[in-house]
Amino acid sequence: MRRNHRAGAVAASAAVVALASTACGGAGAASDPGTLTVTDTMSDTSAPIYDEIYAECAADLGVKVRSHHVAGSGLIATVLQQASSDTLPDVLMLDNPDVQQIASSGALSPLTDYGITGDGFPRGVLDAGTYDGELYGIAPVVNTVGLVYDADLLEEAGIEPPTTWGELRDAAARLTTEGRYGIAFSGANTFEGTWQFLPFMWSNGGQEDDLTSPQVTEALDFVNGLVQDGYASASTVNWSQNDVNDQFLAGKAAMMVNGPWNMPSLDAAEGLRYAAVPLPVPEEGDTLAAPLGGEAFTVPRTGDPEKMAQAGAFVGCVTAGENQLAMATGRGAVPSDTEVAAEASAENPVVAAFADTVLTARARTALLGPDWPHAATQIYTAVQLALTGSEPPADALERAARN
Amino acid sequence: MTSTLAAGPARAAAAPDVVATRRRSARSRERLAQWAFLVPAIVYVVVFFGYPIVKNLVMGSQDYSVRTFVSGEAPWVGWANYAEVVSSGIFRTTLVNTALFTLGSIVGQFVIGLLFALFFKRRFPLSNLLRSLLLLPWLLPMIAGTAVWRWILDQDGGVLNETLRSLHLISEPIHWLTSPDVALVAVILVNVWVGIPFNMTLLYSGLQSIPDELYEAGALDGATGWKAFWHITWPNLRAVVSVVLVLGVIYTLKVLDIILGLTGGGPANATQTLATDSYHRSFQEFSFGTGAAVSNILIVVSLVFALVYLRVNRRAVDE
Repeated sequence: MRRNHRAGAVAASAAVVALASTACGGAGAASDPGTLTVTDTMSDTSAPIYDEIYAECAADLGVKVRSHHVAGSGLIATVLQQASSDTLPDVLMLDNPDVQQIASSGALSPLTDYGITGDGFPRGVLDAGTYDGELYGIAPVVNTVGLVYDADLLEEAGIEPPTTWGELRDAAARLTTEGRYGIAFSGANTFEGTWQFLPFMWSNGGQEDDLTSPQVTEALDFVNGLVQDGYASASTVNWSQNDVNDQFLAGKAAMMVNGPWNMPSLDAAEGLRYAAVPLPVPEEGDTLAAPLGGEAFTVPRTGDPEKMAQAGAFVGCVTAGENQLAMATGRGAVPSDTEVAAEASAENPVVAAFADTVLTARARTALLGPDWPHAATQIYTAVQLALTGSEPPADALERAARN
Repeated sequence: MTSTLAAGPARAAAAPDVVATRRRSARSRERLAQWAFLVPAIVYVVVFFGYPIVKNLVMGSQDYSVRTFVSGEAPWVGWANYAEVVSSGIFRTTLVNTALFTLGSIVGQFVIGLLFALFFKRRFPLSNLLRSLLLLPWLLPMIAGTAVWRWILDQDGGVLNETLRSLHLISEPIHWLTSPDVALVAVILVNVWVGIPFNMTLLYSGLQSIPDELYEAGALDGATGWKAFWHITWPNLRAVVSVVLVLGVIYTLKVLDIILGLTGGGPANATQTLATDSYHRSFQEFSFGTGAAVSNILIVVSLVFALVYLRVNRRAVDE
């Protein structure tokens, strides 16, 4: 009876999204002994890299593996549908801000049961996978945002890569010309907009549980100034991070706030010499606190202890050092393990900028846990209110925080 | 009905027992056949309309979250979700936006649709081809349509701004999708574009059913042009008009894809409607309870218009 009730609930509430995913949700359902099922959110280009690693790890464990790649946007609907029908896969990849949500529902098992402790991983990475003091998810590779710039343009103008807000503003002003903005970033009304504002907010000492504080207001004031003074496009409020990268590639922005996952497309661009530095901080000597991104591997409670143990060992293998390096170089990311990250940084100075940032990066859910999505909505609403000129930053934050 | 009438005289005439049995089995077979026709329809309505609506009503009064999907527990919270929704700062904005969006879309779609219908009533070379071309927005997948519109409406280098600028109608680019003051207008514009085929098609078929003799007789009495429209076309079209308008309102109230594709409810909630807010609460914040509460409010509003539709329809039939 209860099962029926729950299955029906999904049909009704998740109808829109789930319809698409139920059709392919069957992959995790069949429980074949000796075969581990994995659901991840890898795109067509990254999936082969992951599949190869899965195959190697499965061979080591003497099991077979069947992977199932879904679009990131449809993952939660799939997971909820699977959770209600007890068809969760043996290994599940989740975007790190969702780990706490799903862990709080009781669908995941603690990774410490399988001997995974996350030694050598920066605190931010572990925070992102931790709920109620237990580690539920572990990300082999992570990402964050930094300042990517056109090295030729900066050299021509005789500008050193900025390290403080003052220098960033100055550089953006000097690099703005007819038909080109000094800087591009995303202020979209999605969690991407929130994600891009966080490094400014956090580095200035602002916190997501007190959005009307002077520190948050100052940060929004700074970002807003870039748009209001014309150093960044007013279209910022409609740009996803992909759009931002497109603007940069098209030469319509001299610098951009963006992440390492753009490296493959930036490398492929002809005639572009780009470089990256950690995002500037308010004053010299301040510590940069950027948000931590990346997908974590989890082991759902499937009710089969033997398979869960195999899945735990599998996750331990997939997230191990050498595999981190393969994933990071293949996808444009930073290996989670600090030592492996140093190895990757030595090879590529762009990775080094992001790897440095990761060391002090924060998990979005570290402070608020499952309540994070609500705060994230308030943050991008405030950013939008300010950047569109609807309200001055202080009022924008106050109005958004009331919602 | 007719079968019982036909059976009437037979009862009086025939030998009692045999006929009665035969009749009884015939009747029960008929009853069975009646049910066989009814059951699929009943099952369909209950499964695909009744259950989701009842479920949605119940969810609106439950603390229904991610946890519910795993544990199956959704604590009853009574009116708390509605209280939270109504008292949230965004509720007034979504209500006003929904009203403006619906009103603006309907007026635009209807007026332009009617003009096109009247235009195509005069037969001219290629009129059928042109009329079918106008159906295109209807055939286009909405997400593809909105992607193209985003490109058209882009403020730096979008086709619309470039055209307006080259015609010297504007000096500064209009921030179609990025200014909170203009975004709702832009979204309405696109929805008008989407709705024109629907309005035109229905109104055109309405016009076709007005007999030409009426116009000929009117012309003899001096009713031509505008007068003919006002005294002949409009009164004869009224029944179709009310159906088009009421259906239009119901369709527009629930529009989600166009807004999500164009602005995602932004900038700064300027295009957030009840439908997008419900979607956001359920599928972005995973607060399915409050999301259901918002959509229940939307259902009630739609229901009011559905009742209006039924009334209008009945009156049209009576006439």
